[in-house]
Amino acid sequence: MKEHSVFQFVNDARVRGILAQVALLAFAVFCIGWLVSNTAQNFEDQDKSLGFGFLVQAAGFQIAPTLGTWLFDYEAGVSTYWDVYFIGIVNTLLVAALGVVAATIIGFLMGVMRLSQNLILRSFATVYVEVLRNIPLLLQLFFWYFTVLRALPDKRGKVELLPGVVSVNLEGLFLPYPIWQSGAGVAGVIMLVALGAIWAVNRRSQQRQLLTGHPLPFWRIAGGILLGALAVIWLSVGVPFEWSLPVFKETGPILRRGFQGDTAIVVIPEMLAVWFALTLYTAAFIAEIVRSGIMAVSKGQSEASVAMGMTRGQTLRLVVIPQALRVIIPPLTSQYLNLTKNSSLAVAIAYPELVSIFAGTAMNNVGKEIEMVGMMMCVYLTFSLLTSFFMNWFNKRAMLVER
Amino acid sequence: MKKLLTFAIAAGAMAITGLASAATLDDVRTKGYVQCGVSQGLPGFSNADDSGNWTGIDVDLCRAVAAAIFGDGDKVRFTPLSAKQRFTALSSGEIDILSRNTTWTMTRDTQLGLNFAGVNYYDGQGMMVPSGLGVKSAMELDGANICTNTGTTTELNITDFFRSNKMSFNLVAFEKADEVVAAYDAGRCDVYTTDRSALAAQRTKLTDPNAHKVLPEIISKEPLGPVVRQGDDQWFNIVRWTLNALINAEELGVTQSNVQSMKNSDNPAIKRLLGTEGNFGEELGLENNWAANAIQAVGNYAESYEKTVAPLGLARGVNALWSAGGIMYAPPVR
Amino acid sequence: MAKKSDIVFVREKDAPLLAPPLLESGAFGWFRQNILSTMNDFSSVGGAVRSLIMAAATLFIFYYSVNILWALIDFTLIEAVWSNPQGLKRELCTTALAGGVQHDGWHGACWPLIFAKIKFLTYGAYPFEELWRVNLAGVILIAGLVALMFERMPYRIHIGLFMLVIYPFLAFALLYGLGDWAGLPFVYTYDWGGILVTLVVALTGIVVSLPLGIALALGRQSKMPVIRGFCTIFIEFWRGIPLITVLFMASVALPLFLPKGVNIDNLLRALIGVTLFASAYMAEVIRGGLQAIDKGQYEAGTALGLNYWKNMRLIILPQALTYVIPGIVNTFIGLFKDTTLVAIIGLFDLLGAAQAAVNDASWSTPVQAITLYIYVALFYFICCLIMSRYSMRLERKLAKTND
Repeated sequence: MKEHSVFQFVNDARVRGILAQVALLAFAVFCIGWLVSNTAQNFEDQDKSLGFGFLVQAAGFQIAPTLGTWLFDYEAGVSTYWDVYFIGIVNTLLVAALGVVAATIIGFLMGVMRLSQNLILRSFATVYVEVLRNIPLLLQLFFWYFTVLRALPDKRGKVELLPGVVSVNLEGLFLPYPIWQSGAGVAGVIMLVALGAIWAVNRRSQQRQLLTGHPLPFWRIAGGILLGALAVIWLSVGVPFEWSLPVFKETGPILRRGFQGDTAIVVIPEMLAVWFALTLYTAAFIAEIVRSGIMAVSKGQSEASVAMGMTRGQTLRLVVIPQALRVIIPPLTSQYLNLTKNSSLAVAIAYPELVSIFAGTAMNNVGKEIEMVGMMMCVYLTFSLLTSFFMNWFNKRAMLVER
Repeated sequence: MKKLLTFAIAAGAMAITGLASAATLDDVRTKGYVQCGVSQGLPGFSNADDSGNWTGIDVDLCRAVAAAIFGDGDKVRFTPLSAKQRFTALSSGEIDILSRNTTWTMTRDTQLGLNFAGVNYYDGQGMMVPSGLGVKSAMELDGANICTNTGTTTELNITDFFRSNKMSFNLVAFEKADEVVAAYDAGRCDVYTTDRSALAAQRTKLTDPNAHKVLPEIISKEPLGPVVRQGDDQWFNIVRWTLNALINAEELGVTQSNVQSMKNSDNPAIKRLLGTEGNFGEELGLENNWAANAIQAVGNYAESYEKTVAPLGLARGVNALWSAGGIMYAPPVR
Repeated sequence: MAKKSDIVFVREKDAPLLAPPLLESGAFGWFRQNILSTMNDFSSVGGAVRSLIMAAATLFIFYYSVNILWALIDFTLIEAVWSNPQGLKRELCTTALAGGVQHDGWHGACWPLIFAKIKFLTYGAYPFEELWRVNLAGVILIAGLVALMFERMPYRIHIGLFMLVIYPFLAFALLYGLGDWAGLPFVYTYDWGGILVTLVVALTGIVVSLPLGIALALGRQSKMPVIRGFCTIFIEFWRGIPLITVLFMASVALPLFLPKGVNIDNLLRALIGVTLFASAYMAEVIRGGLQAIDKGQYEAGTALGLNYWKNMRLIILPQALTYVIPGIVNTFIGLFKDTTLVAIIGLFDLLGAAQAAVNDASWSTPVQAITLYIYVALFYFICCLIMSRYSMRLERKLAKTND
């Protein structure tokens, strides 16, 4: 009887489950311990130590002018490695955000075009998707970067996209920036009030449509409010800002000629190339998602709405798109995350994002591989966690709508 | 299935080479070759052709060490390493010598558990500009766009130089040298900065190498040399004295072609170097003709330089012998 | 019965009468149906505007597509240099003005450069006399894959098992060698390169990640909290970080985690990174398959008295894996394209080898880079297109059998 109970004990699924988990835990602890002890030994041999003290040291290298360096007033030899870290994060987020917006627009356009009855549009979209999707992003990145570089005049020349206002050359894209005048605060408040009013009208319009089926003429009212607000601003404080236009010098020391960086917003060509490549590559995937999302809405739905007398636009806006979005948004979100992660390829063409300046230049100078790779991974893991939170939240919402 | 498993383990073990012991020389003798860390492609220093044949002055040093040990300059294998990987590769025992245009600095010598065995090339960071700009000196570079690849000190040096001269500039730093060349060639930058030797090497890759010139200013001292692990004096001595032997051979007029006949020379310094007099090789743990083998394999320092670095258009300059106006000076074999 | 919120739309007027059906045969009918039908609605202002926009977009896209296509054909076929009877290098693909043999204004692809570099682009620096080993491994691989594509193939299961289990070892023995005693001297991975490395990285990644992915997917579905937590964290960690950071970590920080003297060569490091990364994605694909299996199957298996492992092995996994083959192929396509990233950490995969060839001074011409990049792009495009077509066919077939 006693022997039997031992067998029973071992055969009990629950007990075995616990044993398996304990074994896994022990194994994991052992592995981690082994790695940690190896690392400790290696650190001792190489006279290294763990620690984040380097973050407050001054970083002695220059970083190309970008949003990050502007936000943190980066100055080589004065700013710290903390600044470098945050500049990297800001630049990653910047190119990711711009990429997300542009890729969404192009992706939706291409997705709809793939379903168009127009043969030319349809085949163009198909070729676009097949080509861009099947060529490695890194290759496309090189292509865009070096094509952009080869196509542009050097810094002593320029191509004027909008004469005197927007120009481009090898140093980048030069945009004017607004200089706020004294009345900017007042103007801002007025604009906020106007936007609040528009939001209220929008709600009112929706409620009215739900109750009576007749919406308010929303766009006209909103336009009116906006124009009114602008008129009030103009009457009270005048134009609240001035444009600083890019200044182009054709004389002086040869290296000083060209656009003067402090008179304009400079978008460096590395950033343009990363943006193009990420946008066009991701758009190809988004197009496929949009296409399958629209196709997932059964044809009966649009036929039914046409039968009810809706116009083609109304059918799309009120019936097809809301249903397609439910299918589209989850994979779309993961494409956005992919785009953000893919922005790390910018390291290959010197756009100063997180991997490039923090895990590249800064790591070369400080040599704290483990700390720095860890800090970098934290950033990406945070993005990824935020994305999955959003996804869960969205799925719950979408679930509620379902009947 | 069990056989497969055994096979798998054997296969895995092959990729993971044996444990390195304290005595690198014994280790190398057991393996039958010297494992040498080199760059991922820098003409003149260490560069592989399409069939994987390595050439360069850094490569020659490794071959000389292999010849000094085995009498055969081909008993050497090369591991291409990035700037980030190189020190870890050496201290973890993956390679026996790091001969990868590595700058000798105090931090590296004292804090990384490494020893520099000497200097085989005196270098310095320089700047290259398109001749068309008409720039004559680095002091005229205010407002320049500068391309470089992320090195350990390259960006720091150039930033220091511009800051101390109160000039403004933009830095575009790439991960790999190949992209720097491409971007500079496309006109993204006015200036390409890196070690002068590397400038000369990368310049050959430009569409029109003659349309560019290297500025006279040298903004840093970069003595490049072979590195070994700290704590193995015998191995350290072998590498250091192989390098010294090559330099001494140039001074004494011993060349690849006359090394055998020179063994009968009357000059005692040559006799000591080539092992016909004294016991110097055995003191190192090698055979007495160790230096003769090394010279036989790669030639003396001048021959190696002529073969590898000179074709880049780099004159000897400071790398000439002390007796010829340079600073190459090797302690005597005695 | 309808709640207030259900009244979104109220019909106010009759739907417009539809036009009579169009002529649908003949060239003109075809044209009208495929091109004109999207831009011939001039019955209302909105329709007219839409039609005009559509017409403009169609013309615009048609014009530029033809232009791009023509430029591509002109560059790669018409203007391109194909033969090199005199054995020239740089002169062959430069214009007379720059000292070459081509007429002024010439701009075309330089295919002899590819022919000259084809060995390097395919095998890297692999010794010439040992190339038969790579070729043999390649031939077996292609033969095996082609055999697997045909469903009627006798012994298909055996071939599949051979390719998955035995072939990797065989390929390893052939490529790496067993030592002189076996007549297969070692060829170290530093000499590997080109397509060889691309395929080795991608195939190893996928073959090794398959069992790992299955284990992780099962673990994530497990009822045991420790195992589930472990697998979830593992999967989410690797999915959350970009591959390039994984590769950086593998190439820079991995030696710090290992005991002194244990060396892993560069390629193997990249393989470890890629495999762990791929197994996380694989796990998610397989989890999708597991979730798609009807719960009744689990319950029926249990009711038959099968324990967990037998249930999985005999009932669940065969179904789930068949179901996710398209997903696996898609993961493989992604991985295949991502192998280009190993070029950033200094391995000579196809892109890395192409970059090395771009920097070969003896072929230095203005068209050198673009020629090589077109070749690489074409290689990836063709491979990925074939695979994605295959996966689509499988998807359609699976959809049919499921109906």
